[in-house]
Amino acid sequence: MIQLDRISKRYPPDMTALTDVSAEIGAGELVTIVGHSGAGKSTLLKLIPAIERPTAGTVLVNGQNVGALSSRALPFLRRNIGLVFQDQKLLFDRSALANVLLPLEIVGFPHREAQRRAEAALDKVGLLKRARALPIALSGGEQQRLAIARAVVHRPGLLIADEPTAYLDAETAQDVAAIFMEFHRVGVTVLVATYDDSLFPGARRLRLDHGRLA
Amino acid sequence: MNWLRNQWQACRLALARLATAPVNTLLSVLGIGIALALPAGGHLLLDHVAALGKGAAAAPQLTVFMSVEAERKAALDIEARLLGRSDVAQTELLEREATLKRMKASDGLADVIGALPKNPFPDAIVVTLADESPAALESLAAEARKWPRVEQVQIDADWAHRLAAFVRLARTGVLLLATLLGLGLITITFNTIRLQVLTRQTEVEVSRLLGATDAFIRRPFLWYGALLGLLGGVAAWLIVAGATLWLRLPVAELAQLYGLELMLAVPTAKNTGILFGAAAGLGWLGAALSMRQQLSANSR
Repeated sequence: MIQLDRISKRYPPDMTALTDVSAEIGAGELVTIVGHSGAGKSTLLKLIPAIERPTAGTVLVNGQNVGALSSRALPFLRRNIGLVFQDQKLLFDRSALANVLLPLEIVGFPHREAQRRAEAALDKVGLLKRARALPIALSGGEQQRLAIARAVVHRPGLLIADEPTAYLDAETAQDVAAIFMEFHRVGVTVLVATYDDSLFPGARRLRLDHGRLA
Repeated sequence: MNWLRNQWQACRLALARLATAPVNTLLSVLGIGIALALPAGGHLLLDHVAALGKGAAAAPQLTVFMSVEAERKAALDIEARLLGRSDVAQTELLEREATLKRMKASDGLADVIGALPKNPFPDAIVVTLADESPAALESLAAEARKWPRVEQVQIDADWAHRLAAFVRLARTGVLLLATLLGLGLITITFNTIRLQVLTRQTEVEVSRLLGATDAFIRRPFLWYGALLGLLGGVAAWLIVAGATLWLRLPVAELAQLYGLELMLAVPTAKNTGILFGAAAGLGWLGAALSMRQQLSANSR
């Protein structure tokens, strides 16, 4: 599903985030990316939905060279990817439900069907009762679960998460990790950057060290 | 169907955004309304003034007055002479008896005329020229003054021409004003939308990450601009209509003193449509320009 071929990423003037990284991730796999802070985990994840583009090498997603995609084609790549960000990027001016509805509105789902699906996604992460709440009123763990619901509501084939358990206590982290494990079980390709991969038993591990695959 | 749903969704979102900041919205609407009311009101006023001139003959005319002692035959001769010329399109003989009757019929004059020993009015010939230039008018008038038994030659409809020229000039002025204030409206929406995008930076960014096309992101902002413009147009209409109703009586009274009938009326349905359409269109344009700049500024 994802092929990384001799990827390098440099930020001007002279910061090198990734050097010569090659890896392959098959459909339906659960892969964790581990490494110290600043090892290049986030950068690697950002290359896949083309939030960043590699300085050298190619990133293929379903056979498509992501780095060479035109800005017109980009939205359609991203619609098949669920993204959970380190800082969640929730919209605080609208309810939890409206946050989850956004990906469906973007794809142009009929309203009623979208509503049904969004509620199902909230139910899956245990937030259906908080559907009308504003994100500010949710706890850290709830916000993280809301971000996951938004990432999976349009049923993407690939789920990418950057440190989804970073700011959570051990128990909540376990809950959140379990949600990812569940998506993996139903066939979604899951790629998670984490400081603690014991939360994801059975995952294949990619270790980054100073921008190189170790 | 899908297109319609997208538009409706964006429209509702834009309405909600307008409603969440009522004071800002009101101020913007008022600003646009005042900017649009000036050219719209000017246009309305000029329509009324132009209508005043319509009653007067539009084609340039001369009136040739015979001397009071002249016989009918002299007038007929002059008329024949005028009709023989290639630069005269049409003539009409006003017989002195008919003029007397007409004048007696009008208020206040009957007594005065009745007191006169004999008919004070001469025969007159109203001449319409084929050539409309003032020079042609002047030269014929000069010539006719030398003809036998002609007492006086008067160029008519002068004031109507001056009025028409004034209205033409004023219309150009209103057009200029409309252009400038239209640009002002575009600037207002451009800036409002720029601020909107800045405060909704996260939303734009998140939408992009979730696979939104630029069209999807742009849509509610375009609606916002168009609706803001439209509301401004409505405000302008209310200002113009309010001013019209307020000024209606005093203006009518003033006009009456000059023997004119001038009743201000609120803008017609057609003009209202043009005003609303232009306001919404300009708002949309300002938003579109703003979005083009904003989206390319943080494109990814």
